[in-house]
Order: sequence, then C-alpha cells, then structure tokens
Amino acid sequence: MAVYEKIFAAISAAVLVLLLIAVGYAAIGLGINLPSHREVIPVKPGQNLASAVLETPPFNTPGLRQIAKNKYEAVVIASAWSFLPSEFDLPAGAEVTFRVTSADVTHGFFIPGTRVNTMVIPGQISVITYRFDKPGTYLLICHEYCGLLHHTMAGKVVVK
Amino acid sequence: MSAAVVFEPNGKFELPNTHRRLIAYTIYVGLVALAFGVTNGLAQALNYAHIDIFKYYPGMRTYYQGLTAHGVFNAIIFTFAFANGFVSLALSRALNRPLSTALLHAAFWSLAVGTVLTAGSIFSGKSSVLYTFYAPLQAHWTFYLGLALVVISTWITSVNLFVSLHRWRKEHPGERVPLMAFMAVVTYIFWDISSLGVGTEDVFLLLPWSLGLLPGAAPMLSRTLFWYTGHPIVYYWLLPVYISWYTMIPRQVGGALFSDAIARIAFLLFLCILPVGMHHQYVDPELSHGIKFVTAVLTFALFMPSLLTAFSVMYALEIGGRRAGGRGLLGWFFKLPWSDPSVTAQILAMLTFLPGGITGLMNASYNMNLEIHNTSFVPGHFHLTVGSAVALSIMGICYWLVPFLEGKRLWGRKLAIAQAYFYFVGVLIFARGLISGGLAGMPRRTAISLIPYAEPAGWRLAGILTGIGGALMFIGGALFFVVMAMTVLFGEKQTVADIPFAETIEEPLREGWQPSLDRLAYWTALSLLLVVVMYGPFLATHLPPKFVAQPFQAF
Repeated sequence: MAVYEKIFAAISAAVLVLLLIAVGYAAIGLGINLPSHREVIPVKPGQNLASAVLETPPFNTPGLRQIAKNKYEAVVIASAWSFLPSEFDLPAGAEVTFRVTSADVTHGFFIPGTRVNTMVIPGQISVITYRFDKPGTYLLICHEYCGLLHHTMAGKVVVK
Repeated sequence: MSAAVVFEPNGKFELPNTHRRLIAYTIYVGLVALAFGVTNGLAQALNYAHIDIFKYYPGMRTYYQGLTAHGVFNAIIFTFAFANGFVSLALSRALNRPLSTALLHAAFWSLAVGTVLTAGSIFSGKSSVLYTFYAPLQAHWTFYLGLALVVISTWITSVNLFVSLHRWRKEHPGERVPLMAFMAVVTYIFWDISSLGVGTEDVFLLLPWSLGLLPGAAPMLSRTLFWYTGHPIVYYWLLPVYISWYTMIPRQVGGALFSDAIARIAFLLFLCILPVGMHHQYVDPELSHGIKFVTAVLTFALFMPSLLTAFSVMYALEIGGRRAGGRGLLGWFFKLPWSDPSVTAQILAMLTFLPGGITGLMNASYNMNLEIHNTSFVPGHFHLTVGSAVALSIMGICYWLVPFLEGKRLWGRKLAIAQAYFYFVGVLIFARGLISGGLAGMPRRTAISLIPYAEPAGWRLAGILTGIGGALMFIGGALFFVVMAMTVLFGEKQTVADIPFAETIEEPLREGWQPSLDRLAYWTALSLLLVVVMYGPFLATHLPPKFVAQPFQAF
C-alpha cells in the first residue's frame, strides 16, 4: 500500500509541475503576463491624496491621446464612483496603454472579455496595455468594492 | 500493528462539566453567527438574480452592509468559534487530560465580547467595509476592536493547547504525540503565524487610525498584511475539518486511517508552505512578476497536502465500505453508512471539495487570474471550499458533537440527512452560476440587481442559477438550525461516553525518522523562515508606513 501512496504522490506532483510549466509558457512564450509597475504618486506630508494626484503628470491632464500610429495612451483617474474619463473611442487594432490611479479608495479597472484587469490602489499607478482588435462596445467596470454606489462605477470602450 | 489516534483509547474519558459548557457555548456563538450569515446569504444570492430583498431585512439597509455581515459572521466568527471549541475538545480527548478552565473562560469571553462589538458596529451601518476592510474605507472603531478580541480568543486557545501538550509530554517522555493532538496543535501553530498579518494591521494600523491617532491609512501595506493572513486563513477554516476527516470519519464509517506518517506530513506541509497570500494580489500594480510567480509555485505546492488528504481519506472510506460488504471498483461507496447524517453531510462536503480545489488551482494560476480576478468566479470557488467543504462538514460534525456536549439524542435524523442533500445540490447550482458568470466578466461584491448598465451576455442565466442554488442552500441551512435547536431544547436525554476516534493501520513508529515529525519547534522555525523570505523585502520598503490616504466613509 505504501507503494500506491508513492505512485499517487508522484502523479499529483507531476500534474502540478506540468500545469505550472503551462502557466510559465503562457507568461513568457505567449507574453500573457500580469501587470507589475512600481510608480507611485508622490504625496507631500499633510497633503491630500486627491490634490497630489491632480498635480502629478500625466494625471493633471487625464484623457485619451494618440502617441504613435495605432498606439494610444489613456490616463484615467478612478474616484468614488466614476472613471475620468469614462468613455474611450478607438479604431480597431489600436493598442492602448492604460495608466490608472485612484484619488481616494481602492478601485478595480476591468474590461470583461479582454486581459485588462488590474487593481487601482491609492498612491500607486497601474499600467496595463491591450490591443483591441475586435470592433464592438466593451464594458469597463470597477470590480473592487468602493462604497455605497460601487455598482454604478462603469464606463465603456467603443472600438470601430 | 494498529494504533488509535488518541492516547489511552480504552481509558475512561471524562470531559469536566466546565469544559463541556464552555466548549458548547463557544460553538453556539459560532452557530448563531452562522444563522445571521446564512440569512444574509440568501439576499446576496437573490441579488444576482435581480431580486432585491434587503429592504425587508430589519437592521440591514444596503447590499454592502449585508455582504459585510455575511462575510464577517460566516468566514470569521462562525469558523473561529467552531475551531476554538472543536479543536480544544479534540486535544483534550487526544491527550486524555483536561485543559486550563481559566483559559477556556478567557477565550470564550474574548470571543463573545468581540462578536457583540463587531456585530453592533455592522448593524449600526457604520462599518460596511466588507470582511477585507480595505483601508482607506474606514469602519467604526468598535469593528476593529471587536475583531481584535475575536482573534485574541484564538491566541488564548493556542496557549491552552500548547501548555496542555507541553505538560503531557513532560508526563510521558518518549511517547509519540497522539495523531489527533498533533493535528490540533499544528492547526493552531499554523494559525498563530498566519494571524500575525491581520493582527498587526488591525491593532497597529486600523484601530488607532479609526480613533484618530494616526495621520492616515497605508493602503498597500494594509492590504498586503491582510492577504498575508487572508490566504492561510482558509486553511485555518479547513484544518479542523481535516481533523474530523482524518481521525474521526474513518471510525464513523467503520474503516481505518492507513498511514499515521502521511497524515502528519500533510499537516506539516501546510505549516511550512504558509506565505502564499500574494496570489490574491496578482493584479496589484506594485508587486514584481518574480514574487508573483514564486507565490504561484508555492500555492501549487500547497495543493499537495490536500491531494495527500484526498488519498488518505478516500482510502479510509474504502476500507469502511469494503468491511461493510462493498465489492468492485465503486461498490464500497454505496455501502457507506448513508443513514448517518454526520457521515452523509461530510462525504457530500468532500465531493464539493473536488470542483472547489480545481477552481482554486485556476485562481492560483498566475496569468489566468487576468480572466477571473475579482469576478464572481472567486465566490463561486470559495463557496465550494469554505462554503461547503468546510461549512457542510461542520454541520455534519455538529450532528454528533452537539448531542455529545448536551448529553441528548439528535433530533430529526431524517431531516438532518435531507438538510445535507439540500445544501449539497444547492451549492453546486449556486457555484455553477457564479463560476459561469465570472467567466463572462460578472464582478463579485457588486449589487448586480442595481447596476445601471445593460447586462452582458451570460450574466442573466448565471444570476438566475445563483439565485436558485442560493435559495436551496438557505433551505439546507435553515433545516440545520431546526435540527440543532430541537436537539438542544427538546432532545431525549442520552449520555454519549466518548467522541468518535479512528485507528491507524500503520502506527506511529518510535524509531527511525518518524519521531522527528513531532519536533514542532523546528517545523515552526522553518515556516517562519519562509515567511521572512517572502515578506521581508516588501516590509523593508513599506516600513515605516507611508500614510497617504484619507479616511472614506461613504457606505
């Protein structure tokens, strides 16, 4: 019986290792990776976070801008209970880098059906890049509880 | 050779009456919390089906207030209270010696006062911060104080267990620690190390901040401390149930546990691979790809002890089924004592743990988290684990435990069996709804019945299934409370001499490498070492805390 135990343990470990290899290949080989970005909002002692955000470039001018052919940058401030801006019009095939920060509490930045899924933590800047190939209207939602009207915090990405 | 999982299996076990009452009251605090939690759970589930019944709930004004109550009562008060009571009993029986009555009193009162404070602050509507209480959401100070007392009650329980084991070892030099006592103590060492994160966050950051003593909140530090505890906490929910699955269920089904050593190794693996909480922070901006991937590897490694448990427990069940005359590959399964509600509930709970574990691996799969992070996939997953593998098992354990503690017969055995099936079928439909909704992008922790935008494809069916499943779970939960209340109030008197405990076929050895499994100080040191490796660099950059955020109370 100890033999069966060893066989079971070996198969279990092998399955877990194979799954990890698949995940690692998807991350490195296919480039499907998690967000990771160390930039922070500098807050002076005694300063309100919201005012620090509005003073810190590029968040002093939130909005969508083209930075190269088919490349866009979207600078977004999340605050209870809206995204600024909350609508993004893009041509199909546009690659967008979202730079998002929060002016108050922890929010989420999630576009279902895409790989855009990041937390937005007060004092930190979240950066995530995605190429919108398929035309359509995408929903943008806050997916972290942020107070009474959390469920109303939404926007959209329109790809034509 | 076979051996029992307790010391002096044939010796007379007498639980002192003070112990009996305090353990019973501790568990009843948990069951009352569960009743509140389950009642709110019904409203949460119906919300996904676009039915808003919160307006009819006394004392509950919003979805998020109800969700806070649901999470805190079920995931913290109920589970902690049950663990404190049940594991104390397990240790006392395993060593066949009484615990410190003073510490049992202290743990009970700390739990009870903490529960009342926290519950009061939630019902007042001033603490709708959910059970993750992400700062800078700011609850009333009684919320943080209450939770601190609840955590302190688990620490008092730990001291009681450790002191008792220490004394037993002095009285019995050279003896192997009985398996049930080993599991009880490892569970609490594991939890003590795990609870350092949320304990520190609550006592040093949130409580003083809510009293106006700190200039602000440190959101990233707070959430990282929370999740440091917030993943291992699920094993603190689970390990008391594993004690039942390993050391009690084999006896209840007429089987036996095969290997003592494998069971100990599984518990030590949990203890030594503890710092995996960052997989809840895969899409946090600050943490590096490296630490996230290492966390994924550790989380996968932590799946091993649960796979070993699946093997050991299934084998124990098979021994029981074959002894009862079961033949063939699966015939033994149907020969198990399905007329025993305690067994039925726990086996059904084990079955839900299979999809629960698989969906957990999906959550842990690094970049796959981009698809499901903070969607309803996550509650779909954890209602299959804590919401049934743990909760339904605890209900099953209560079917022998409450009669044992009360000295009464279980009232309504058939109703108790029906209860388990209602809950089992309900949670499978419920989780099917939430999981499919999550894959279609439906967010968790969101008042879906109030969303201002059009529902994307796939959310409607998901929501309806969630509502139907949740309603069935609620019926199962309600029946459980009927059976419990009737047993306590009107059960026939019947003295139950002892708790169920199993035998192991391969007994613990006194020679060779096996006794080193009992050297808990070394395993504890190893566990702490990995904690320092995983969290040291993060803490070095975040201490002293940068208080950047202002309090937020719009809920």
